[in-house]
Amino acid sequence: MLRVCWKGAHAAARQCVCGKVKAHPLQHCRKYSTAGDSGSSAGKIVAASLLSVGGGLGGAILYAKWDPKFRANVEKSVPYSDQLFEMALGPPPPPLVLLQKKPGKIEPLQIFSLSEASKESKQPKDKAKKSDPAPVEAPAAVEEAPAPTAQTLEGEECKDHHEPELKERPAEEVTARLAQQDKAEQDALAALTAGLEESLGSTAKTTLQAIGAQEAALTAIAAHTNKLKEAMDSETPPDEKSSQWKALNEALSDRTRAMEEAEEALLKAKGELENLRGVINSAKQSKINTARPQILAAEENLHSMIVDLDKVVTKVQTAQTEAKIVSQYSELVNEAKAQFQQELANITPETQANWKGLSGKLSADDLTSLIAHAHRRIDQLNRELAEQRVREQIHIEVALEQQKLEDQKALERAVVSTLEHSREDMRLEQEKKAQEVREVMEAEMRTQLRRQAAAHTDHLRDVLKVQEQELREEAQEILNSKMMEQETHYRRLTQEQLDTFTLDMNAAYARLKGIEEAIDSHVIAEEEARKAHQLWLSVEALNYTLRSAGADFPTEPLEGAVGVIKENCAENEFAQALATAIPEESLSRGIYSEASLRARFYDIRRLARRVALIDETRNSLYQYFLSYLQSVLLFEREQVAPPAKLAPEDLDTFKLLAYANYSIERGDLELAAKFVNQLRGESQRVAQDWLKEARLTLETKQVISLLSAYANAVGLGTTQAP
Amino acid sequence: MSEKELGQKWDHCLADSAIKFGTGLGLGIVFSVVFFKRRTWPIVFGTGLGLGMAYSNCQNDLRSHYVLHIIYVPQQLICCNVC
Repeated sequence: MLRVCWKGAHAAARQCVCGKVKAHPLQHCRKYSTAGDSGSSAGKIVAASLLSVGGGLGGAILYAKWDPKFRANVEKSVPYSDQLFEMALGPPPPPLVLLQKKPGKIEPLQIFSLSEASKESKQPKDKAKKSDPAPVEAPAAVEEAPAPTAQTLEGEECKDHHEPELKERPAEEVTARLAQQDKAEQDALAALTAGLEESLGSTAKTTLQAIGAQEAALTAIAAHTNKLKEAMDSETPPDEKSSQWKALNEALSDRTRAMEEAEEALLKAKGELENLRGVINSAKQSKINTARPQILAAEENLHSMIVDLDKVVTKVQTAQTEAKIVSQYSELVNEAKAQFQQELANITPETQANWKGLSGKLSADDLTSLIAHAHRRIDQLNRELAEQRVREQIHIEVALEQQKLEDQKALERAVVSTLEHSREDMRLEQEKKAQEVREVMEAEMRTQLRRQAAAHTDHLRDVLKVQEQELREEAQEILNSKMMEQETHYRRLTQEQLDTFTLDMNAAYARLKGIEEAIDSHVIAEEEARKAHQLWLSVEALNYTLRSAGADFPTEPLEGAVGVIKENCAENEFAQALATAIPEESLSRGIYSEASLRARFYDIRRLARRVALIDETRNSLYQYFLSYLQSVLLFEREQVAPPAKLAPEDLDTFKLLAYANYSIERGDLELAAKFVNQLRGESQRVAQDWLKEARLTLETKQVISLLSAYANAVGLGTTQAP
Repeated sequence: MSEKELGQKWDHCLADSAIKFGTGLGLGIVFSVVFFKRRTWPIVFGTGLGLGMAYSNCQNDLRSHYVLHIIYVPQQLICCNVC
């Protein structure tokens, strides 16, 4: 690719050498090259210049291709070079030779642009990457920061919590707590006693109920067994049997009911007893010494109740065992009867269940079978009986042993219960004794505490007295200081008020003074203004009188006007001085106007010219003639502008007169007078009067102008702007 | 007016010269008739005298400003003035 570029460059260089540079200037070059053969050196010069320009451009483009920085610089500095470079890239319809160059150019430029684009894209990516981890880190750091701070806060809080627990409670708190404790004790005691009494009462009730129920059960059981025994005796007639059986059933049901009730009552009582025991235990745990006797009494009651309940329960149990025996017996009997009946039924299925009413209805077979069965049964029973007798001993022994076992159990139970009872009794006694001892100790303790309390109260009294004294003093001091403060505050306030009042008064007074002064100064100023106006008016009048001069006669005598001025500015020294500075002649006779002086000057001039040669050395008639001749024959300019400085050769009469003429034509009487003053000899003598008049006029005019300026100034000074 | 002074002087001069001329002429004529048997030389002489006097007067008049005038003051007056 580079080689292609170089080849293209060489081709371009060759073409440049030949005079063809680019697509557009190329045509121009062609024209020039074809048309310039007739050429003089002009064509050669043109060609050479074009060549150099083309070579520079081509070199620049090539270098721009090779160095993009250079291209950028050129594009920045030269306005349309970027378009030129674009044109160099994009292939215009070129001649055949240039095609080699163009594709070569495109690729490196594209690569450069791509690399630039990639560089540019990489940079923002890096920036984005950098910015992303930064905010990620920041919130993480932020999160971590509050966590340790929270932990430290918690630790501090814990420490704070621990510290107050270790402080000692103050004495007041202790007494308060004690009082609270006493109160609480009393409340608890009252609650306890109430609870105890309640529970005692309820348990007593329930135990009584239970005992009653048990006794009722006992009676019911006894009645039932009696009834059963009676029922077992089969000597009663059948009508009564059924009623007996009914009664028996009733008794059974009664018994069962009574048993149930007794059971329930027993359970309730036991529950209540347990509650009572629990209450007593909790009362014991509450450790209130004053409740001890009550607790003891409750315990005794409990114990007695338990004892009674146990007794009744044992009674009921014995009755139950008896009843069990009887019921067993009755069951056996019933069983035998049922068996017998069943056998009968088996043998005689036609007979009814109630075999007692069957004696008249049975047949002979039935009867024989029945009798046979009865005999067989009797035999069986006899055999059983014999066996029973044989086994009687064993049975008795077994029964005895059973009974022994049962007795032993009952004995054990009784022993245990009695042991328990006795133990309870012992414990109760012990507790009673302990209670008594405790009471005694409590009494002693109380007396000692009372003594201590007395001592403490004495001490407290003393301390309180002292504290009271101190507090009183403190309070007094505080009161005094507050009073002082208040007083000083009040005084300060009043002083401030006074000060403000005096300040206001002073301010008002000063303002008043200021107003007065302003008014006075106003008056003065107005007076001044009036005077100034008068002065100005009089000066104007004076100026007006100056105008009264005629062509050849002077003005009116200025005496009147000047007198008026003098009157008007009697106290104004400057104006007085000026007014007196006006020359006497002008006052008495008046002055000539400038116009008349001008007119007169021409005469003077003529005359002065005529006697120019005459002075003290030459003053014969012949000189007069010569001077006259000179004036006639001398040609000069009538008006010559005077120079800034007079040289000695300017002091010639004729020149002086020319300068004076010039000046007076321009209205500068003063300068003319100055020049005329320089005349010498007869000319001077001739111009004497004119000069005098001119001086007079000038003086007067000067003074008057001063006066008017002064009047104007004064007037301006006094006039107030709107 | 100082400028009129010269004119006045010239007027005076001319008037004086006219008078002197006339007077000279007259006297010359008189003298020539009376004393000198009507010869012309006294007329001319008289006229010349007249003109000469006029010229001299004129010149003196015109010159008068430049010429120092001596005033003779007797000594006695001076001493009295000083004492």
